[in-house]
Amino acid sequence: EIQIKEPIEKEVNPRLLPGELLLCEASTVYKYIHEDGSNRGTCGKLVCTNFKIAFLDDDSASDDNEPQLKNKIIGENDITLQCVDQIYGVYDEKKKLLTGQLRKYPEKLIIYCKDLRVFNFCLRFTKEEEVKRIVSGIIHHSQTPKLLKRLFLFSYASAAPNNTDERNQTVMFDTLEDWRNELERTKGNVQYKVVTTNEGYRISEKLPLYFVVPICVSEETILKYEGRGIPIWCWSCHNGAALLKMSAFPKEQDDSTAQMQKAFLDGIYKTISKPPYELLKTDDLSSSLPSLQDIQTAYTRYKQLFLIDNSADFWATDVKWFSLLESTNWLEIIRRVLKKAIEVVECLERQHTNVLLIEESATDLCCVISSLVQVMMDSYSRTKSGFQSLIQKEWVIGGHGFLDRCNHLHQSDKEEAPVFLLLLDCVWQLVQQYPAAFEFTETYLTVLSDSLYVPIFSTFFFNSQHQKDTNTTGESLETQSGPFRFLTVWDWSVQFDPKAQAFLNNPLYAEKPKPDKSQRKTARFKHQRQLSCPLTQTKSSPKRGFFREETDHLIKNILGKRIGKFINSSDEPPNSFREFYDSWHSKPVDYHGLLVPRIDGTEIRVWAQRFLRWIPEVQLHGGGTIATAARILDLMEEVERLQVKMDEEHSQAVSGNIHAVPMLRDSARLSSLFPFALIHRQSVKPALPTSTWKDLEDEDDLVKRDDEFVDLSSDML
Amino acid sequence: SLQDGTNWEKNEEIPRLPGETRVTDKDVIYMCPFNGPVKGRVYITNYRLYLRSLENDPVVVLDVPLGVISRIEKMGGASSRGENSYGLDITCKDMRNLRFALKQEGHSRRDIFEVLTKHAFPQSHNLLFFAFANEEKFSENGWMVYNPMSEYRRQGLPNERWRVTFINEHYGLCDTYPSLLVVPYNATDDDLKKVAAFRSRNRIPVLSWIHPENQAVIMRCSQPLVGMSGKRNKDDERYLDIIREANGQISKLTIYDARPNVNAVANKATGGGYESEDAYPNAELFFLDIHNIHVMRESLKKLKDIVYPNVEESHWLSSLESTHWLEHIKLVLTGAIQVADKVSSGRSSVLVHCSDGWDRTAQLTSLAMLMLDSYYRTIEGFEVLVQKEWISFGHKFASRIGHGDKNHADADRSPIFLQFIDCVWQMSKQFPTAFEFNEQFLITILDHLYSCRFGTFLYNSESVREKEKVTEKTLSLWSLINSEKSKYTNPFYSKELNRALYPVASMRHLELWVNYYIRWNPRIRQQQPNPVEQRYMELLALRDDYMRRLEELQITNNSKISNSSASSTSPSQMMSQVQTHF
Repeated sequence: EIQIKEPIEKEVNPRLLPGELLLCEASTVYKYIHEDGSNRGTCGKLVCTNFKIAFLDDDSASDDNEPQLKNKIIGENDITLQCVDQIYGVYDEKKKLLTGQLRKYPEKLIIYCKDLRVFNFCLRFTKEEEVKRIVSGIIHHSQTPKLLKRLFLFSYASAAPNNTDERNQTVMFDTLEDWRNELERTKGNVQYKVVTTNEGYRISEKLPLYFVVPICVSEETILKYEGRGIPIWCWSCHNGAALLKMSAFPKEQDDSTAQMQKAFLDGIYKTISKPPYELLKTDDLSSSLPSLQDIQTAYTRYKQLFLIDNSADFWATDVKWFSLLESTNWLEIIRRVLKKAIEVVECLERQHTNVLLIEESATDLCCVISSLVQVMMDSYSRTKSGFQSLIQKEWVIGGHGFLDRCNHLHQSDKEEAPVFLLLLDCVWQLVQQYPAAFEFTETYLTVLSDSLYVPIFSTFFFNSQHQKDTNTTGESLETQSGPFRFLTVWDWSVQFDPKAQAFLNNPLYAEKPKPDKSQRKTARFKHQRQLSCPLTQTKSSPKRGFFREETDHLIKNILGKRIGKFINSSDEPPNSFREFYDSWHSKPVDYHGLLVPRIDGTEIRVWAQRFLRWIPEVQLHGGGTIATAARILDLMEEVERLQVKMDEEHSQAVSGNIHAVPMLRDSARLSSLFPFALIHRQSVKPALPTSTWKDLEDEDDLVKRDDEFVDLSSDML
Repeated sequence: SLQDGTNWEKNEEIPRLPGETRVTDKDVIYMCPFNGPVKGRVYITNYRLYLRSLENDPVVVLDVPLGVISRIEKMGGASSRGENSYGLDITCKDMRNLRFALKQEGHSRRDIFEVLTKHAFPQSHNLLFFAFANEEKFSENGWMVYNPMSEYRRQGLPNERWRVTFINEHYGLCDTYPSLLVVPYNATDDDLKKVAAFRSRNRIPVLSWIHPENQAVIMRCSQPLVGMSGKRNKDDERYLDIIREANGQISKLTIYDARPNVNAVANKATGGGYESEDAYPNAELFFLDIHNIHVMRESLKKLKDIVYPNVEESHWLSSLESTHWLEHIKLVLTGAIQVADKVSSGRSSVLVHCSDGWDRTAQLTSLAMLMLDSYYRTIEGFEVLVQKEWISFGHKFASRIGHGDKNHADADRSPIFLQFIDCVWQMSKQFPTAFEFNEQFLITILDHLYSCRFGTFLYNSESVREKEKVTEKTLSLWSLINSEKSKYTNPFYSKELNRALYPVASMRHLELWVNYYIRWNPRIRQQQPNPVEQRYMELLALRDDYMRRLEELQITNNSKISNSSASSTSPSQMMSQVQTHF
């Protein structure tokens, strides 16, 4: 539990977290309510702290308008400094991007947030002095480069009481034990081992303390190029095929160095392609997927479509909505990433081939693809703790540069790329296509994406395990508080009380029946049978026996062909992907088995909950998917109550307080923006498009005709 | 998958309805656009074309009512060389094409072509629709669903301001209107006749719906015959004023002309037009910018191009946008929202028309009524709505669908009713608990819009239907549906009275109805059954099971208690005991 200081005086004061300091403030600020296009607003105080920008309503009586999913750390009028996307000033009705020093101060401040909220503050009635202070304060603290140690994370960690929930089921992958267990869980321990070579970060600061490599790879080999060119294990499939990743060598000018590196790689490939290892397929993600730059450009355009200033803006873009979406290319990138993940799945699942993902640092697209493959193939990754462990394994410990990619410190725009959001959006596509296959809800993914910008958790505020470890000790700063104890985002109780946390759990999810050892086999068999395709070998454990029976000659032949540098999918029969895809989709879905997303154009959708949640025009009163979800929750509660009652009848106990307070869910009143809706439109006025008329240029002759040509004037004569 | 209500007799290769007779059969190759050529045998009856593959793994079955066939073409000639290039190409009204390859020898193709043409287009061959041969029996009689008098009574009509008139009993006033009409109490039948002279095809303003609280009404009609010279008609002007006054409010009468402004103006050239401000000072006119039937037909054609047989892949969204299909849906919904909102919160009566008042007008009035009156969101209520606003008020189903007519290029054909059903689907998608019926209900209606198995959608107007004795000689589609209601029921439906339901007519919400338009593509098929629905049904079953067991437990427990009731029993236990026993 986080303690929140209660306001001392009657006057409105910001609620400050431990370690949070008020930096500047301005009063008589109006916050516009963007609900109905009117210029209505509420008057209050705008403050900036070392953690957030907050608007404090003078009339704090409006507390009953609280969102259903109340965040304990960030109120509905709070914007963490890291959540600020862009700040615009309005001068004489003209919008201007505010970045550095200002000569003139604006009448209006528009803050666009990374969680897609848009705030409009009117400063016309504020004292000039205060305007200067608050505007430059906000810009300085949210938009200018910062030192890592200046992140609120550190102030908070040194001031907050240390009482993290230790019962968290998420595997953090910061110990040897965690990796060993993962190897055991996936039966990867026959061919792969955890290495401690990087203890003290003596190989590389980019690699985690512990990681897993093929058993045959020696310590010297790992040391040779600081871990580059070493296949690092991500996960093993039930049939023994493994997913590996490798950090590539940078483009070498020097020919002899390049030669040496090539020889080194050839050696590696040879070693790990020999039995007991499966055939190996490599995939250079930097050439087969869009670049980080492409991804950043696409997302920048895409999110802009949802940062809407007013109603007129909304309707003006509505007619061209589909082509606007398409022109950003974001959905196409999602499609390509999902397709790539399916290709990898096909190799692992059907061809029993190891797949080695290659990328410059193996910490961006490698993370996306390896996570997606696991979400699709390993139903454990579709549970909440399993998914969180996956994020720890592939991203947090795996060394994804969250700090740089999110540009939390504003140190370099060039490094910014929404790689983790790309993963979440891809996972959302799966969640919406297979709503019963995940233990968590889309709301979980949405609040997880919001948590990227909450600097009280260390999870998304370091570039690597090394960076976190060296900054945890607190050696450099004046603080004598010793090692910091950071919170992890996976402790959801920090942000949400149990009632709100219920929104993260999927009522449609049916847990996998817990198998004991003997049952496990049958479950796996079923799994395989369901996936069996013409090419699949259904012999028991085909992969190991296979090579032993073949002659060396044959092995060389196949391997020679297979491991030629960067074999891509064109090497296979061209329809192998399509065949796998169609064959899987023609069978009933096993929610605890393999999941293959549909990737046709009609199936890749806008993550509406995240992107449209603050836009009042799209709100449906009593509609949206929440309407049916609420019915299911109600029914579940009823069933639970009946269960309790039955137990009581069995024991004939006198009834206690069995009627637990049901959540207030009058489905007629719920908005489709639930649980994020803050808008309580009193009237039932429908949203009406303001601009609808569009010329159908290409059909001019048809447009001008009448339905049926009859000259009515003739019979009037 | 089998068609509903079909009897599959054990000894027969194909399903057959009572009254359905075999005509011919032949070995063909079905050129499946998804899985390649399939050898099979095609059976033709007076109702359907049925194909069954010769191989059983997997069995390929096609079951196509002949009514959905729009066009039959011969492909390839006697000299065609390519494999499977000789045969028949069939275009269907339900977003698919069928192609059969035949052997070139003999007259095999000519025979099958003639048989198909004859039975697919009975109207062009002086034959009766299959609906007149259909001998199915149902437990419900769908013809009883709609009774205009009881529907008006449900609305609280007639009352002191609105009366029922039988002036059109023999279709003398207007041959495309129903016999029973509701008009202002203060307008005499003589007035109506005079107004009819000034309205296109005599389709005078009559009442469709009255708001139960504020008494504002939705009226429908056709365009006024203003013409180039700007003719005026005192009777029409007075009649509209009577309508305005009838709800007791002093607000202006709102007229919604469904057409784009320019088209309304252009109509003056052929004698039509719209209500000018000069002639109708107490009315406000708005144009709703909905395009004509030709634009809608072309739009659907473009949509078919991008979804059949293959779904456009690389630029799906912009391709979809370029068909304008959803844009038209948006405009129709926007218009209906305006009508509904004006009546409900604007408290003003509205008059809706387009040119003739049987296409766009029917869309607008019926959708507005669906938004305002929750009765129409039930299965029976929706049937009444279709029966009333579409069938009885003369939406020209025969012309728009081209039932049994070989003239596939007829400019009168247009997917206006499909567009309406699509709008309903969009609403049900946005409000998944507000409608008693499910998606299957809407798809079934569309399937039988074309099938000609029922009399429901046959012919252009009530007067013709009466002449053809449709209700006596054919069955109603509602008989099929109401006899098996559970199949068409939405489990999430929760009844809500008097709640206006406004969809959001934004592209952010509108989506292509994949389960209808792309249902033939096996790659796009949605998960069946829907997991959310499945879970809900499981929970319902679980709840019922618990309730039953709980009841049993309580009975046994109570009997135990009563057996030992001599011992100390608390008063509250006594109470519950008493309550249980009586």
